[in-house]
Amino acid sequence: MTVSLFPRVGQIQPVVRLRGFTRAFGETVVIDGLDLDIAPGEFVALLGHSGSGKTTLLRTLANLDQADGQDVTIPSARAVVFQDSRLLPWKRVWKNVVLGLSRRGARKKAEAALAEVGLSHRVDAWPLTLSGGEAQRTALARALVREPQLLLLDEPFAALDALTRLRMHELVLNLWRAHRPAVLLVTHDVDEAIALADRVLVLAEGRFVAEERIEAERGRRTASVRDLRRRLLAHLGVTAPSGSYADAVAGAGAGLLEAAE
Amino acid sequence: MTRSVPSAPRPSIVAAVLRSRWPSPLLLLLLWEAASRAGLIPTHTLAAPSAVLATLFAMIRSGELPSNLAVSFWRVVSGLGIGVALGVSLGLVAGLSRRGEALVDPLMQIKRTIPVVALAPLFIVWFGIGETPKIALIAFAVMFPLYLNLYNGIRGVDKRLVEGALSFGLDRWQLIVHVILPGALPSLLVGLRYALTISIVMLVIAEQINASAGLGFLVNNARDFMRTDIIVVCLMVYALLGLAADLLVRAVETRALAWRPKLVEA
Ligand SMILES: Nc1ncnc2c1ncn2[C@@H]1O[C@H](COP(=O)(O)OP(=O)(O)OP(=O)(O)O)[C@@H](O)[C@H]1O
Ligand SMILES: [Mg+2]
Repeated sequence: MTVSLFPRVGQIQPVVRLRGFTRAFGETVVIDGLDLDIAPGEFVALLGHSGSGKTTLLRTLANLDQADGQDVTIPSARAVVFQDSRLLPWKRVWKNVVLGLSRRGARKKAEAALAEVGLSHRVDAWPLTLSGGEAQRTALARALVREPQLLLLDEPFAALDALTRLRMHELVLNLWRAHRPAVLLVTHDVDEAIALADRVLVLAEGRFVAEERIEAERGRRTASVRDLRRRLLAHLGVTAPSGSYADAVAGAGAGLLEAAE
Repeated sequence: MTRSVPSAPRPSIVAAVLRSRWPSPLLLLLLWEAASRAGLIPTHTLAAPSAVLATLFAMIRSGELPSNLAVSFWRVVSGLGIGVALGVSLGLVAGLSRRGEALVDPLMQIKRTIPVVALAPLFIVWFGIGETPKIALIAFAVMFPLYLNLYNGIRGVDKRLVEGALSFGLDRWQLIVHVILPGALPSLLVGLRYALTISIVMLVIAEQINASAGLGFLVNNARDFMRTDIIVVCLMVYALLGLAADLLVRAVETRALAWRPKLVEA
């Protein structure tokens, strides 16, 4: 398989393909005629207000909600990591990792996956004794052990402290580089999206209101994404100054910086 | 340099005795014994503890107690076995499928409104006065707590865990084995604990009806001869049966629910 650095839709058969996808609960239309392509190995971040339908979209891609009669293509090898780790408390960590896989060689597989996320010492632990970060790493191991073509992450770091979140970002990028699944990361955090993704989508009122491709290499993005950051925040209804979060919540005075730009 | 923590002054023996939980039951026993010896409690009202103890040993040595206990034990075990099997099967049917629920649950709710003890006459008409009505009574009573707790346990399994498992492509069978049943297990064990308690209550009641062997038979005979010592011995055996049942469920729980944080060692 050849992996271009920035796979563009159209060159390669996409792993995810939605055309005019619509989802409604009763009268309320949550997703309204959405088109989406995700290329193999592409890292896509999905931003949006709370209640904008991000999880609804993700559930469809995870095949947790049936999309009867709609034009939806998803790969057979998928894995999801939720905001809460959803480990089965009555199965030891390693058994959670290989849940549903064939028994042969399961322990070896689980150990290898747990080593990758740095949890070799917790292989035999009960899930309820794990810290929040450890539980999420176990959930990542559980997702990756299936060699998914599509990895769906629904705010997997939202409940973690800032330092642990930073480590998890690194871990996710390393795992993504090693295994090259297509990733759809749902998040509220613009900076997280910019730091990790090849492409950032903003969902509002059932449609994508913005699509931004980030060409700059990861780790060298600060300079080139100032404008992007402001644009994305504007789409979310935040008129934040460029720069970092440190200045985003300054209230009335924040306008000064924006004027200086 | 280490400094030893000053040890608390050694509590006096009197204080220790007063704080322990033994004195009051012991005192009661002593008073009972004394009153019996003084003739304040006639033997036909209540035998003295020493007499009860002597009777207990005599009954064990003669084989009277073991043989009758075996009969009673068999009744509880078969009643429990049948009741548990039925209750668990019905709980599974109602818990795992909507159609099963529609089929089974109304019947179980109707059954719940009838006190099982009140069915005894009917059971005697149907099954005669042998072992069958006794076992049937126990089985019938035991069924409900198991059914209800398993059914509720299955329906109460965390939907998010089910969804998480489904997202990994588990089929229905794997879902039941790995997620739903383990999730319902704590609730099922609560049901089992109730069932064991109820089974012993029902044993006592069933054996009161009529019996030619078993603990109830011993009690009935003793009543006719005003042998309060034998009655007390049998009460003790009933109590021990209940205690043993409780210990059994506890042991099962400790093993099966080892994952629960309360039971997990830090
Ligand atoms: N099963 C359902 N029945 C009815 N309404 C639903 C259902 N699931 C979601 N919704 C509604 O659809 C909308 C989108 O929900 P969704 O969970 O996709 O939002 P979200 O973008 O993931 O939000 P958040 O960022 O808070 O997680 C919300 O208004 C929600 O109330
Ligand atoms: Mg959501």
